[in-house]
Amino acid sequence: MKIVTGNDLKSGAVTWWDGSIWSLHVADAADVGEHGEAIIATEQAARRVVSAYVIDGELSPDGIRPAHIKDRIRALGPTVRLDLSLKPADADAGMWVI
Amino acid sequence: MYQYDTYDQALVDARVADFRDQTRRRLDGSMSEEQFRPLRLMNGLYLQLHAYMLRVAVPYGTLSSAQMRMLGDIADKYDRGYGHFTTRQNIQYNWIKLDEAPDILADLATVEMHAIQTSGNCIRNTTSDQYAGAAADELVDPRPYAELIRQWSTFHPEFNFLPRKFKIAVIAADTDRAAMRLHDIGVQIVRNAAGELGCAFYVGGGMGRTPMIAPLINGFVPLDQFITYFEACLRVYNRYGRRDNKYKARIKILVHEIGKEAYTSQVEAEFAHLLTQNIEPPIAELERIKAHFADPAFEVGVPDQVDRSDPDFALWVDNNCVTHKQAGYIAATISLKPIGGIPGDASSDQIRLMADLAKEYAFDELRVTHAQNIVLPHVKKADLYALWQKLDAAGLGTANLDQIGDIIACPGLDYCSLANARSIPVAQKISERFAAKAEEIGELKLKISGCINACGHHHAGHIGILGVDRKGVENYQLLLGGSEGADTSLGTITGPGFDEDGVVDAIEKATEVYLAHKQGEERFLDTYRRVGMAPFKEAIYAPKTTQNGEPAHG
Repeated sequence: MKIVTGNDLKSGAVTWWDGSIWSLHVADAADVGEHGEAIIATEQAARRVVSAYVIDGELSPDGIRPAHIKDRIRALGPTVRLDLSLKPADADAGMWVI
Repeated sequence: MYQYDTYDQALVDARVADFRDQTRRRLDGSMSEEQFRPLRLMNGLYLQLHAYMLRVAVPYGTLSSAQMRMLGDIADKYDRGYGHFTTRQNIQYNWIKLDEAPDILADLATVEMHAIQTSGNCIRNTTSDQYAGAAADELVDPRPYAELIRQWSTFHPEFNFLPRKFKIAVIAADTDRAAMRLHDIGVQIVRNAAGELGCAFYVGGGMGRTPMIAPLINGFVPLDQFITYFEACLRVYNRYGRRDNKYKARIKILVHEIGKEAYTSQVEAEFAHLLTQNIEPPIAELERIKAHFADPAFEVGVPDQVDRSDPDFALWVDNNCVTHKQAGYIAATISLKPIGGIPGDASSDQIRLMADLAKEYAFDELRVTHAQNIVLPHVKKADLYALWQKLDAAGLGTANLDQIGDIIACPGLDYCSLANARSIPVAQKISERFAAKAEEIGELKLKISGCINACGHHHAGHIGILGVDRKGVENYQLLLGGSEGADTSLGTITGPGFDEDGVVDAIEKATEVYLAHKQGEERFLDTYRRVGMAPFKEAIYAPKTTQNGEPAHG
């Protein structure tokens, strides 16, 4: 599956395209098929996102998971500061990245 | 230390106003990202893995207490309560919001700080010896010369769009504590046979994907001509440096490709021409700057002994403090490498505490080191125990300077969009694994980079680690034998790479080989240089065996 990610222009936060708006949670990411570049063009022009790009995603038992480790770290937060990640209460959250 | 004059302040204030307007225009759509990106980078604002990252310049690593306090306050007000001190003696914040970035720059300007030229293909922050002005072995304080370079290079119209970024280091002691020869230009202030001061210019060093040690191109440039010589070096680079391939655009490639002699010849010709143009700043300006770096009011006749009755304190003194030029004083390094910690990170509370302690015990001065630690340069020995107790209570009293736990590590894939592998978790595992053995191992400089750009200086580590991406999986190459000091050398890759745990195991084997072969007071690096790679490689890649001595499967 193909998913689209980028950063919120104003806050810089990592965001994921859920099919209609941008979400902070990769679990919300939609399979954009072949429409990724068109979505990026529209959304960047509207200044809702910056540095957006299309990546490969996988469906895992835990939900959508970016295929590459770099994007899994983007999705979670720094593995060395899980207190700052999107799952601060989950001590094993880093395992999802690896 | 240097204090802005009205010109410096006006220049920085004007830049804040410019950037505020540029940011407004980006957010309201008047400016595209393509137009805005080079402008934000010129102000140190990157878009990194999780958010915007702001790199704040700390000129030659020198900070006042007020500046350090501001860095702590910014961490709380605009970031997530911490900052990361870097190998360029700067500080980075990882969670910056674009619309707040101009406010941060404005806050920085109130304490004579900025983020100008911390990115882009321009002359970056000049680095120096962290013990400048305190070291017993220095010829002069190199910081006035670094400050003059800062003033010359800031917004220099000819050098704002160089082929690539450009890094300068200035030292004034034979002991190189600034990795001087691994810079685009490294300068050592020297004295000639006539007793005059001048600059030895080393040009074309660097790390990255093509590490090179800078050759000496001129052993003595008079101090009243050294900016002109810099100008000549940069002009020749700007004229001939490659712009068609970013991987071959650094000055080291130019010097290597045309040869040291040809490059030097071009520089000397340009230098001769420039001398007719009278571009050197007036010596009175250098003298004005020097006055800012006058010694603090050291007390004379104070005790020159330290009470070593507390063994933990005595260990810290032995490991983290160095001889000061003034009797009764010492330069103390605060390790930002607690066992299992994140190298170079400090919380806002720790940053403010260090600011307060500098004010109370170190004449209001701090230094950031290229090894990602903090120095209090002028501490009275009589105050040292009280200082250490306060540091230790805040998790800042680790006695591991230049030991295996004092790891340089780039932010790696946990933060950096260029990285291929994580650096910090490897550093944490090594720090924990060797904590009990660090004293026995002694001096061992270990440096980790998460990609070939080598921000973690892995080429210059006695042990270096380079993280790479092998088909989407983190893999770590091991290097041995690098050094950044007066005996600068580049590390050699041991062989095939390892996974995260495997590289820690490999380092353990390397240290065992060292301890088995060590003679006398040899450091790890000395033993490696004497016995060579072979015994290390043999141990590191020896087949695993089971408890009964049989080869392990899998």
